[in-house]
Amino acid sequence: MDLSAINPVLLLASLMVAATPILLAAIGELVVERAGVLNLGVEGMMITGAVCGFVVAVNSGSPWLGFLGAAAGGAGLALIFGGLTQFLLSNQVATGLALTLFGLGLSALVGQGYIGIKAPAFPDWHIPLLGDIPIIGPIIFQHDPMVYVGLIFVAGVWAFLTYSRLGLVLRAVGENHEAAHALGYDVIKVRLAAIIFGGACAGLGGAYLSLVRVPQWTEGMTAGAGWIALAIVVFASWRPWRLLLGAYLFGGITVLQLNLQAAGSALPVEYLSMTPYLATIAVLVIMRSGRAPGALGQIFHASR
Amino acid sequence: MNTPLLQLSGLTKAYPGVIANKNVSFDIERGEVHALLGENGAGKSTLVKTIYGLVEPDSGTMLLEGQPFIPGEPRAARAAGIAMVFQHFSLFDAMNVAENIALGMENPPPQREIAAQVRAMSDQYGLPLDPDRIVGELSAGERQRVEIIRCLLQDPKLLIMDEPTSVLTPQEVAILFETLRKLSAEGTAILYISHKLEEIRTLCDKATVLRMGEVVGTCDPRATSAREMAELMVGSTLHVPEKPERPAGDVVLTLHGLSAAAPHRFGTALKEINLEVREGEILGIGGVAGNGQDELVAALSGEMRVRAAMLHYKNRDIGRLSPNRRRKIGVLTAPEERIGHAAAPDMSLTENTVLTAATRQELTSRGFVHWAKARAFAEGVIGGFDVRTPGPDNAARSLSGGNLQKFVIGREVMQNPDVLVVNQPTWGVDAAAAAAIRQALLDLAAKGAAVIVISQDLDELMEIADRFAALNEGRLSAPRPAKGLTVEEIGLMLGGAHDMEVAHVAE
Repeated sequence: MDLSAINPVLLLASLMVAATPILLAAIGELVVERAGVLNLGVEGMMITGAVCGFVVAVNSGSPWLGFLGAAAGGAGLALIFGGLTQFLLSNQVATGLALTLFGLGLSALVGQGYIGIKAPAFPDWHIPLLGDIPIIGPIIFQHDPMVYVGLIFVAGVWAFLTYSRLGLVLRAVGENHEAAHALGYDVIKVRLAAIIFGGACAGLGGAYLSLVRVPQWTEGMTAGAGWIALAIVVFASWRPWRLLLGAYLFGGITVLQLNLQAAGSALPVEYLSMTPYLATIAVLVIMRSGRAPGALGQIFHASR
Repeated sequence: MNTPLLQLSGLTKAYPGVIANKNVSFDIERGEVHALLGENGAGKSTLVKTIYGLVEPDSGTMLLEGQPFIPGEPRAARAAGIAMVFQHFSLFDAMNVAENIALGMENPPPQREIAAQVRAMSDQYGLPLDPDRIVGELSAGERQRVEIIRCLLQDPKLLIMDEPTSVLTPQEVAILFETLRKLSAEGTAILYISHKLEEIRTLCDKATVLRMGEVVGTCDPRATSAREMAELMVGSTLHVPEKPERPAGDVVLTLHGLSAAAPHRFGTALKEINLEVREGEILGIGGVAGNGQDELVAALSGEMRVRAAMLHYKNRDIGRLSPNRRRKIGVLTAPEERIGHAAAPDMSLTENTVLTAATRQELTSRGFVHWAKARAFAEGVIGGFDVRTPGPDNAARSLSGGNLQKFVIGREVMQNPDVLVVNQPTWGVDAAAAAAIRQALLDLAAKGAAVIVISQDLDELMEIADRFAALNEGRLSAPRPAKGLTVEEIGLMLGGAHDMEVAHVAE
């Protein structure tokens, strides 16, 4: 094995890129779960976002419009989930699983004419001054804008949940929906807003795969990223900054094992591909997970 | 005098199949402590929810200070000066006191300011409370203080209190009453809902009685006896349980230094409990919730195993026997929580019967259930305990709290136990149903069974128990004859009110 082939600066730089799709999807799901809703359809919303983003970007030539389309696509799929679980009171676990299957099928249908096409280029930013710092510059400050959007989302969600009135109400709804209702908060409205936000974030995460990371459309290209995003929310104990840590851990090990594969590691490829998942599960088990929101996954109906 | 604070006239609200409120009219004056009385299902909750904007009436009007008042949602009611302390606390366990209070306010100031206001308010009304503590870690009395302070910070004109004392010690009740009297002296009207008639007699200026959704009378609680009020509520003569004098029999159940570690993080450890229970006696165990009641019941029922010799029944050690083996030899338990612990909510009454009565009533053979026999037994319980339900095939969840409680207690009593342990037998049950349950326990003891009643309702224990003991932080006081015990003595046995200064209210 030739370890010298691995460039540590490049490795660390690609860590942030590798983590971004999961980070975007997970931060959305975190908000959804803090509002007391368990949406297992992240994978379906991601892949829908991936195909919507790709289609819009190819037809318009603008990656930015693509991301907007992806957010709309993810949010649209999430709205189906919201309608079913919030108004028709369907079971959240079953509906979420169905959403994933539906999203995978729908995306394959929509993306039929787009296989093999290349996405319009989405250039990296070279942030002046900061980007010129040796070593740190290429690692942190020379990425495409969506990497920073992901970071802004994490900080924004954290500030929203900690300091804002609406964030407090959202946490209250997720903690005890009966009490929140008794105090006069509209549980369903808050939850629908959270679900739509979660869908839009998952859509952005998916589009990051099809527009930046790959960048083309293939069926089933999310390959379980949505499930990892779900796991990372739990591992992070529903806290935004820990979620960032989790996403970077998973992203980092993914990039490292790819590099090791390229460097001709003696370990069979199958074992290397397992490592990000194994490591994430191990960390999930070892770290004492915090308390889940009190009303997570429970159906709310005002009359009861 | 000027116009009343709140005038209700002709309020009617119908749900499919039930009329919850029918033409309800009465007035609440400024600074008045007004009691709202009625059995379960008499329409009290619907009425207060209407005032608080959670329920929209079908017809009728409300006037607040002479102005039409139609709160479309609780926010509007709060803005108009109406605050409510809920029966089941509407608090958020994972959040701290200040956050909980902010959620109940319309335009909350920053957290730091709320914390300062909470401190000021708790000094003023003698309700000690730390704004930074997590609500999940507070005692029931402290949680109630959070709710009260949350209401008081809005400077309400009318404070609605739904069953506020069911979880408090006598000392805590005294402090609450001081606070309420001070509020009423400052001009705040209080609408007070309670089953406890003696409390209403000491606290309230006026009482309105509801029955089947209608106002059936008003009275001055200070000049009316508790019995008269109860009869007004029930609409017929109230049957008061009779306690026959009887000689105590032999010791059947002995607890030898019963100790057990707390089963979970928020549990209480049992510490060296010694107790003898005799045939034909009712032993009452009082205490504030969370002092080891659940753990003691679990140890007696067999849900939590203890060392064999710690529990001695007749001539054998039973500490390690499973619940079913205990049932077989005659030791039965009816736990506190009706839904989820004593009964499986979505299963029928017949199925619920099989769950605890299968062994003793031989409802199964070779692993098969005798459904006809089970159904007959369930029908027996329904008939014998006046459980109001269309039949044994109805889900446990469909019964009202009082009816399900009668069923759950009846199911155990009808199995002719030698020892019966009941926890909170009449919690949230109306006067008539409570009287029936207490009578059934007395009858059971008269037939020679030993009955252990664990309850937070001291009046209930004094009414039926022969001997009384108190649980305090997992320790059991020595039992004393219930006859002649005063409220003060009981209060001392219960360990007093924790971190409370009696009646230390700023004048």
